[in-house]
Formats: sequence, C-alpha cells, structure tokens
Amino acid sequence: MPRAEPLSSGEPRLRVDALVSPHGGPFSVTVDAHECVAIVGRSGSGKSVLLRLIADLDPHDGEVWLEGGARSSWPAPEWRRRVVYQAAEPAWWASTARAHFAPASLALVDALLSNLGLDNALMDSDITRLSTGERQRMALVRSLACEPRVLLLDEPTAALDQASTLAVEALLAARLAAGLSVVFVTHSREQAERIGHRLLEVRDHQIHAP
Amino acid sequence: MTPIHLGAVDLAVAALLVLLSAGASMALQLRVHRQLLWAASRMVVQLLLVGLVLRLVFRAGSPIATVGIVLLMIGAAAREVAVRPSERLKGWANLRIGAMVVGASSVATVALALLTAIRPSPWFDPRYAIPLMGIVLGSVLNSASLSLDSFFGGLVAGRASIEARLALGAPIHVACAELIRNSIRRGLIPLINQMSAAGIITLPGIMTGQLLAGMDPLEAVKYQILLLFLLTGAGAMAASGSVYLAVKSITDERQRLRLDRLAVK
Repeated sequence: MPRAEPLSSGEPRLRVDALVSPHGGPFSVTVDAHECVAIVGRSGSGKSVLLRLIADLDPHDGEVWLEGGARSSWPAPEWRRRVVYQAAEPAWWASTARAHFAPASLALVDALLSNLGLDNALMDSDITRLSTGERQRMALVRSLACEPRVLLLDEPTAALDQASTLAVEALLAARLAAGLSVVFVTHSREQAERIGHRLLEVRDHQIHAP
Repeated sequence: MTPIHLGAVDLAVAALLVLLSAGASMALQLRVHRQLLWAASRMVVQLLLVGLVLRLVFRAGSPIATVGIVLLMIGAAAREVAVRPSERLKGWANLRIGAMVVGASSVATVALALLTAIRPSPWFDPRYAIPLMGIVLGSVLNSASLSLDSFFGGLVAGRASIEARLALGAPIHVACAELIRNSIRRGLIPLINQMSAAGIITLPGIMTGQLLAGMDPLEAVKYQILLLFLLTGAGAMAASGSVYLAVKSITDERQRLRLDRLAVK
C-alpha cells in the first residue's frame, strides 16, 4: 500500500506526546490520515497500555492531538467517539448485537456485516450464541459504526481463521483508503507487515523501531 | 389500660428457654452453645445500658443530649454502611458516603414526621425523636448497604462491558446506567417486602410493642403505617443517594472507570 500523505494543514491525524502512566511510557507516536501503524511486541510488553492511554481510559500524564486539537479540550466521551479503542476481548452489554448499535448507524452496519461475511440474522440472535470469531468481527463492525477518525485495535483478528482475518484486513484497507487512521496491535509480525504502513515495536513499556 | 410490668422473675423464666437451647446445642453437638449464651448475655447488657441511657435522656429532655444520642446512632449506622460491601472504596470515601446518605435521609424523614405528623412538644422530645431515629436508621442502613454492595460488586464483575461502552464514547452515567438501576432496585426490595408482608405474614415490631403496651389496635396500626411510609422514603433516598455518590467516587473528570479506587476486602 502506498504511504499516505499528511493532511494539508501539516498536522498529523493523531499526535501522541509523551503519554506516561505507572504501567508504561513515555509513549510518543504520530499517525497520519489513511495510515495504519502496526504495533508488535510480546504479551505484557505494554501494547494495550498504550492504546488505553490514547483512548484516555486510564489516568496518566501527557497529551494527544487529533488534527491539531488537544485531547484535553474535548469532553472525554467525545474524544472516545472520535478515537475508538477496541479491546482484545470485546465485551457486550445487551443480549443481542442489534441492541449495541445506534438506530441511525444500521445502514452502515449492514454494509460492514456483509464485508466481513457475517449473516444479518446474527444481529438478532443471542449474543452468547455467536462464536468467538463472529463476536470479534461483530465488535469491529460496532467500532466502525461509530465512524471514528482513529481506530485503536487490540489483536482484532486473534480469534479468526485465515479467511476471516483477510476479510478484516481488506475491510480495514478500504476504510483506510476512505480516510480512517488505524493503530493495529498484533502479536504477528507477518500480519503487521501485511497491514501496517509503518511498523513499531513495544518493548519494556516503550516504543522502539522494530 | 396500663402496660403489664415485667419483674426479674418473669425474665428469668424466659431466660430458661435460652439455657434450654444451649443444652440442646450441647446434646446435639451443634457447637453453638457458647455463642448462644454469649449473644444472650451481650444482648441483656446492651439493652439494659440503652434503657438506662434513654431513661436519663428522657428525663433530662435536653436538646443537646438528644442530638448527641442521635449523632452517635447516625455514626454507628454510617460505619455499618461503609464496611458492609465486600468491595469498597479505599480510604475514607466509603465512610463519607455512608455518613452523608445515612445522615441526610434519616434526619430528613424523622424531622418531617416530628414536624408534621406526630408533633410532640417540644418537637425534639427524645421519647419520640430517638425511637423514630432508631427504626429509620435500621431501614436506611439496610437499603444503603444492599445498594452499595450490589453496585461495587457489579462494577468489578461488569468492568469489561462498562469500559467497552466508555471506549465507544458513552458518558459514564450511560455506561453504568443498567448497574445503577439494578443497585437502587436491590436496596428497595426489602422495603417493598416489608410493606407487602406487614400485618399478613408479620406483625411489625413497633405495632407489636404498642399492642403489648396496651395501645388500641387501630391507633397502633396508624403509627405503623406512618412508620412504613417514613422507612420507604428514607430507604429510597438512601439507596439512590448512596449509588449516585458511589458513581461519583469511581470516576474522574475524564469519565474513566477508576477501579483502582476500590479495595477488595
């Protein structure tokens, strides 16, 4: 995939500046529009910590800018609607998948479901009866349905077979082309090289070049 | 009609029942005789002390003594609310929630009863204020501690789904809405049970006491109804107040879920 151009303003889509918490950091990284930054690292190295800090889910120091606007200038929920974090084990709070979506997003959801090879009937079945892989793809649909500017994905294909993994990567590539920015955490360097425009490694709770 | 006075002999006869139970425990190897006897003696001493104190306070009729006793009772109830949940806030936060909720809900309802329905003179007459406070506190304690226990327990169990909602941009109150509702409801169930069972399944304690003390049954019933209304109001205030204060304590200015503020017992 060609390397993306930065925004005309010169500001990157996302600029992470010295985020530090007792669990890791300082982390600094920039992500441009259309760009996917892949992050690899051993389990426990601090990859999830980094994503949670960017999404402002844990207390920490440091600042993040989205298209030049400081995170602290947004109410936290609005920030998290633009910069969506998807946990490695996505949780569900209602009994059907459909109940997790805003009614206004359902047209988009339909399109996303078919992109990922998910049957629309799954929307109304009991969420606990979906397979782990179906739930993981459904979680990606749920995240994309918020139409974020930046998507922070933590091992989004861990429970998927080869075909589904490739479908997820193809969908992400299409969203990237449409302007999304992605930070993609994976344990697989192969996958990181496939999907990432840039590859970084988290080691000892810090970001390094791989 | 005057109440029938109890003498030492009357109590001693009833105490035989406790000794009998202890004997049965020994014979059946239930191994509760020691606890049974200890609890019985403790109860006798506690109640005699309370009786003595109340006699003094009733006689003095001083507002300061009454307020002092009421504050002690509130403090004890607040402490119970604070220590009951198995997951609770670190430091003094639980006690602060307990004190605010217990104090506000009990004082508000008891003052309402004293100023509108019962109207003793003076209105702070300890003979009315202290027993009313006692019964309201019992109920408030129950509602607040059930609600808090359910809320903190639910936070720990539901952490992943609450954070999933936060991560998708839900404000903390929306992310916790279901849990907030369930926790408040949990605190209200004993009140509903108490009202629906009153008179049919149980004769409430106050009413029983007044009947034994010689009051006309209908008069006793009216008191009981008033009390159950008070208990319901106080319990509802305590349940919702404690949960909303707890929500404030487990989040911060960036609407994160701060489970690091919880200590597990």
